Amino acid sequence: MKFRAEKRIDAPVWMNVVVTLLFVSFAFVAGGLFLYTQGVPPLSAYWIILRSSFGSGYDLSETVVKALPLAMVSIAVMLCYTMLIWNIGAEGQALLGALAAAAVVRYFPAESRVAMLSLMAVAAAVAGGVWAGIAGFLRVKWNVNEIITTLMLNYIAIRLLEFFIYGPWRDPSSLGFPMTKPFIDSARLPTLWGTRVHMGLFALLVLAVVMEVIMRKTRWGYEIRVMGDNSRAASYAGMNYFRGVVGVMFLSGAIAGFTGMCEVAGLQGRIQAGFSAQYGYTAIIVAWLSHLSPALSLFVAFLMSSLLVGGAALQIEMGLPLASAAIFQGLILFFVLGGEFFLNYSVRLDLGPAKGPDAHEKYAGGGG
Amino acid sequence: METLIPILAAAVRSGTPILYATLGEIVTEKAGIMNIGLEGIMLMGALTGFSATLSTGRPWLGLSAAFAVGACLGLIHAFLSVTLGSNQVVCGLAMTMFGGGASALMGRNQVGMTIKGMAPLDIPVLSELPILGRVFFSQDIMVYISFILVFFLVFFLRCTRPGMDLRAVGDNPRAADAMGLPVARIRCTYAILGAGLVALGGAYMSVVYNKFWAESMTAGRGWIAVAMVIFAVWNPMRAALGAYLFGGVDAFQLRLQAAGTSVPTPLLMMLPYILTILVLVFISIGKGRKISLSAPSALGVPFYREERD
Repeated sequence: MKFRAEKRIDAPVWMNVVVTLLFVSFAFVAGGLFLYTQGVPPLSAYWIILRSSFGSGYDLSETVVKALPLAMVSIAVMLCYTMLIWNIGAEGQALLGALAAAAVVRYFPAESRVAMLSLMAVAAAVAGGVWAGIAGFLRVKWNVNEIITTLMLNYIAIRLLEFFIYGPWRDPSSLGFPMTKPFIDSARLPTLWGTRVHMGLFALLVLAVVMEVIMRKTRWGYEIRVMGDNSRAASYAGMNYFRGVVGVMFLSGAIAGFTGMCEVAGLQGRIQAGFSAQYGYTAIIVAWLSHLSPALSLFVAFLMSSLLVGGAALQIEMGLPLASAAIFQGLILFFVLGGEFFLNYSVRLDLGPAKGPDAHEKYAGGGG
Repeated sequence: METLIPILAAAVRSGTPILYATLGEIVTEKAGIMNIGLEGIMLMGALTGFSATLSTGRPWLGLSAAFAVGACLGLIHAFLSVTLGSNQVVCGLAMTMFGGGASALMGRNQVGMTIKGMAPLDIPVLSELPILGRVFFSQDIMVYISFILVFFLVFFLRCTRPGMDLRAVGDNPRAADAMGLPVARIRCTYAILGAGLVALGGAYMSVVYNKFWAESMTAGRGWIAVAMVIFAVWNPMRAALGAYLFGGVDAFQLRLQAAGTSVPTPLLMMLPYILTILVLVFISIGKGRKISLSAPSALGVPFYREERD
C-alpha cells in the first residue's frame, strides 16, 4: 500500500474554495489545541474573537478600520509577489510614509484640507516608494537579497520613528509620552457615519479596482506576470527587468507609504509609540490567501482583521499577549500551504502489488 | 588595548547566538532547503531554553530542550517544503509568525524572572594567552562548543561522505537521486538538525547571555543570521567572522549607550541593521560571482523524482 501523487493540470475554482476553507478550519482546530495546552479555553477564546469583531455595529466598524490598512498593504505587496520579488518590508514603508506625512504637517501646515492632505499623500507615497525602491535597486543592480534588505529597513524605520517621537518631534505638552503634537484639523482624514472608519475606505476601493485593472488588463501588468514567471524569457522579449523591479518596488512602497499616511491622518492624528500593529506582516498572509488578487484581498483582509480585533480583545479579557494572534496567522499559512499540495496534486492510494514505477524505483536504488 | 579587550570578549558572546543560527541555516541551505523562519525558531528556542532551565535549574536541560523544539519546528518546515513542495519563503514567514506568537503566549508568565545561567569557564593555558586568551578562551562552554562546531562543519562538509551527500542533494538532487541517495530523507534530516542549531542560538540568548525571557527578545537576529549565510558564502569559518562582526557592533553600541553619549539611543540601535545591509551590499558587489557559484544550485527548489526540472 502506498500513496501516489499525480500532478493536476488545473484545479477548478470550487475545489480551491473548499480546500482553502477546509484547511483554514484545520488551522483553527490546531490553534485551539495549542491554546488548550497553554491553559486557555479555546472555545471561549474563539467566542471572544467572534463577538469582539462582529458582535455589534461598532465592533464591525472597528473590524473595517483595521481591515483598511491590511487590504491596502496586501495590494502593495501583491505586486511584488507577482514578480517573485519578496517585499516583506511594507511595515517599514508604511512607517516612513507616516513619518513623511507628519513632517509635512509639522513644517508646511496648510489651511486648506485638500491641499494639506494631497501634500501629505504625495510625501508619504514618495517616502515609502523610495524606502522600498532602495531594496529593489540593490536587488537588480547587485543581486542583493531583497528579503533581508526590506526586513532590515523595517527595523531601521522603527528606530527612525522612535528617534523622532522621543527626540525632536516630541510634543512638549505630552507629559513625557513619546508622541508628536496632534495634527491640525486640515491634516485629518474625515471619518464616516460617526465611526472611526475614515475616507481611506474610498481610497482603498479605488485602489483595488485600479490595481485589478492594471494587473489583468494592461501591458505593464502583463509584463509583471511574465517577469515573475520567467525573468529570462521576459528579457529576451525585450522587457526591461531592471526598470520592472525598481518600478514595482517603488509603486509597492508608495502604496504602503500612503497606507501609513491614512492610518496616521485617519485614526490617531499624531504619531505615537507602537503606531503600527504589525499590519505589514499580516498583509503578507492576506496577499497569499487571496491568491494575489486585489479584489479578493478586500474580503480576506476583513476576515484577517477580525483576528487582529479579536487578539486585542483577548488581551483585555483574558490577559493574553497581543502577539497571540500571530499564532493563528502562522498556523493558517502553514495549513493553507499544506492544502495547496492537494490543489496541485491528486493523491491516490495504491493498493496491491507494486507495479511499473516501483520497479523503476528499485533500479534507481532509492526508495525513501 | 586594555579597554578594547572587554569589548572584543563581549563581541564573541553577543555574536554567538547569531553564529549558532547561521551555522544551522548553512546546514539547511546546503541541503537545498531555504528556511527564512529563523527569527521564529530562535524565539521558540529562547523561550523553551529559559523555561526548562527555570523549572529544572539545569541550563543543560534547557539548551537540550531548545534543540529538541527547534528540531520539531524544522520537521514542520521539512514536511511542508520537502514532502509537500510548498513555497519555502512563505513557509518561513509562517514560521516567523508562529514562533513569535507562540513564544509570546507560552512565556507570558515568565516575563521578569531571572535564572543563574552558566558560569564562565577559563580554559587552562589557552586563557593565559595575551589578548586572544581573554577574548576567546575565558568564555562559557556554549561558546567553546560553537568553536568546535565551526571546525567540525568545515571538515564535515568538505571531507566526509555524509557531508558530500548533503551538498549533493542541495546542488543537484537529480544527480544525487540517480546515484542512489535518498534525497528527501537527507534534506529532511539536515533541515531538522539545522533548525535545532538555530533554536540553540535563541536559547543561548535567554539562558546564557541575558538570563531572562522577553517577548521578541531576538530583535531581528534571526534575519541577520539569514543575511550572514550569504555574507559567509555558505562557509562556516566566514560565518564566525560575520557573527563576531555583528557581536562587535552590538557590544559597541551597548557600551556607548551605557556611557551616555550624546547620540540618541534609537540611532545607535539602528547600527546592526544598517551594517547588515551594507555588508550584504559590499559582499554582493565584491563577491557576486562567488556567491552565485557557492550558493547551493537547487536552493529552495523542491525535488520530485517523477517531474522534470
